[in-house]
Amino acid sequence: MIPEQEPTVKRSTPHDTDAPILEVSHLTVQYENHAALDDVSFDLVGGERIAVVGPNGAGKSTLFQVIAGVMEPTAGEVRVAGQCPGGHICIAYVPQRSQVDWSFPVTVADVVMMGRIGQVGLWRRPGRRDRERVHQCLGVVGMDAYADRQIGELSGGQQQRMFIARALAQEAELVLMDEPLNGLDVAAQEDIFHILSELRQRQVTVMVATHDLNMASERFDRVLLLSGRLLGVGRPDVVFVPELLQEAYGGHLRMVETEGGLMVLSDTCCHGGV
Amino acid sequence: MEGLLDLILAPLHYPFMVRGMLAAMMVGVVCATLGTYVVLRGMAFLGDALAHAILPGVAVGYLVSDGARSAVFWWGLGTAVLTAFGIGAVSKRARIKEDTAIGTIFAGMFALGIALISSAGSYAVDLAHFLFGDVLGVSPGDLWLTAALGGGVLLTILAFYKEFLVLSFDPVLAATLRLPSTFFHYLLLVLIALTIVVSLQAVGVALMVAMLVTPAATAYLLARRLPTMMALAALIGALSGVAGLYLSYYVGIASGAAIVLVCTGFFLCVLLLSPQQGVVWQWARRLKR
Repeated sequence: MIPEQEPTVKRSTPHDTDAPILEVSHLTVQYENHAALDDVSFDLVGGERIAVVGPNGAGKSTLFQVIAGVMEPTAGEVRVAGQCPGGHICIAYVPQRSQVDWSFPVTVADVVMMGRIGQVGLWRRPGRRDRERVHQCLGVVGMDAYADRQIGELSGGQQQRMFIARALAQEAELVLMDEPLNGLDVAAQEDIFHILSELRQRQVTVMVATHDLNMASERFDRVLLLSGRLLGVGRPDVVFVPELLQEAYGGHLRMVETEGGLMVLSDTCCHGGV
Repeated sequence: MEGLLDLILAPLHYPFMVRGMLAAMMVGVVCATLGTYVVLRGMAFLGDALAHAILPGVAVGYLVSDGARSAVFWWGLGTAVLTAFGIGAVSKRARIKEDTAIGTIFAGMFALGIALISSAGSYAVDLAHFLFGDVLGVSPGDLWLTAALGGGVLLTILAFYKEFLVLSFDPVLAATLRLPSTFFHYLLLVLIALTIVVSLQAVGVALMVAMLVTPAATAYLLARRLPTMMALAALIGALSGVAGLYLSYYVGIASGAAIVLVCTGFFLCVLLLSPQQGVVWQWARRLKR
């Protein structure tokens, strides 16, 4: 548990507390000959948990990159807590595990400390308070015992939890996670969801890209169905209707009526998955 | 025992040997420390290319000043920085991959350098010095310059340690933390350029990449954290410099080549024998099973 304390985030732009944590309006990203994102608009409120779903090439990663500030949109804008994202360090990005160099010579504590360097600032070294904070954050995700492990020695679930701890250390208010549950067993997935509930209590907004429609509908407040265009955003039972799913996935989806509602069988394949 | 001491002390009677050893040690430390980032970021080819690409600058400096060290140095540094930015610009603008851009520019610059030097009278000797180094020709002034600039490179690495670490491990985190990534990328290129020019006299352009990459790669096999990797790399770099010069003295081979061969020897030993990844231990474990 992190004791409640004054946030130490230095914000170059003050937060407008009434504004949604994230406003995306008319966002368009145009590549050479196709639009990866086409006029996408939606808002996120503090503390909610939203799943971004859609087929491969639907623009999920592009959307995340624009929100994180890694990529400039062709048109439209992203506002974080009422301000442009450029001045904020309150967005954390949890990378896909396949994008990380796990043989890099850093320990778990080193990686979590990286989240602190925005607060530490240029020319200065992390102090005792930063180290304490790192251990608290590792405690929240149950990774305190692994602080001195080289990151390549972790299991898949532990690797994800380490990056969530880094987001906590960063004092992020919006956490973007790209396919965090890919390749994790059920127990490890449950651990992650347990930690996501913990984040919700801290009013941290979590945005997860996933291929798993059933999980999206069971475990998230809202879902966002993307296929270049925004096909729908809202409660899962409102968005996951046959017409919209058909439009997003075409023939790659089988829908089965069951007692519990609509069951979706997807045969779209995921990055590096089976 | 006394025989061994004599073997160690005998070369040190020559002032040029002492200066050479000091230069080789400093170059070993600076190259290896910066080299950790070259290895971790996969920039070995870029480092090799930058080293070769300074040849025309070095040649112009040599020709306009009749061989004055400082002119060679500044012309080389200017060329290295320009090439670093040029490679960045070409690979960003033109639609070719970065390694293609590097290959094209580096071969062209290297050819230009050889062409320029071949216009001078003592072609073969001069070219050999630039290509393979001449650490025994280091003057006291060169030593001070090496110490000052090498120290500057080390201090910069230390000052921006955490920024370079984040940038190398996770560029997306660097972006979300709003670090000036492009600035740090070019700063790293300038540091590599400086290091190459400082090391020119010790190992020459052709073998430079070995000083940048081999000690750091050796340390990478042994270390679990970046500070340890840097310290080990620096130690291996310095040891190789000294041991290489002894090898050169007693066996009678070119000094730059001797230093690099010692580096390579360290690397092969660690590759075969390191406790975790050592090839020999892996074989042994397989035999036991």
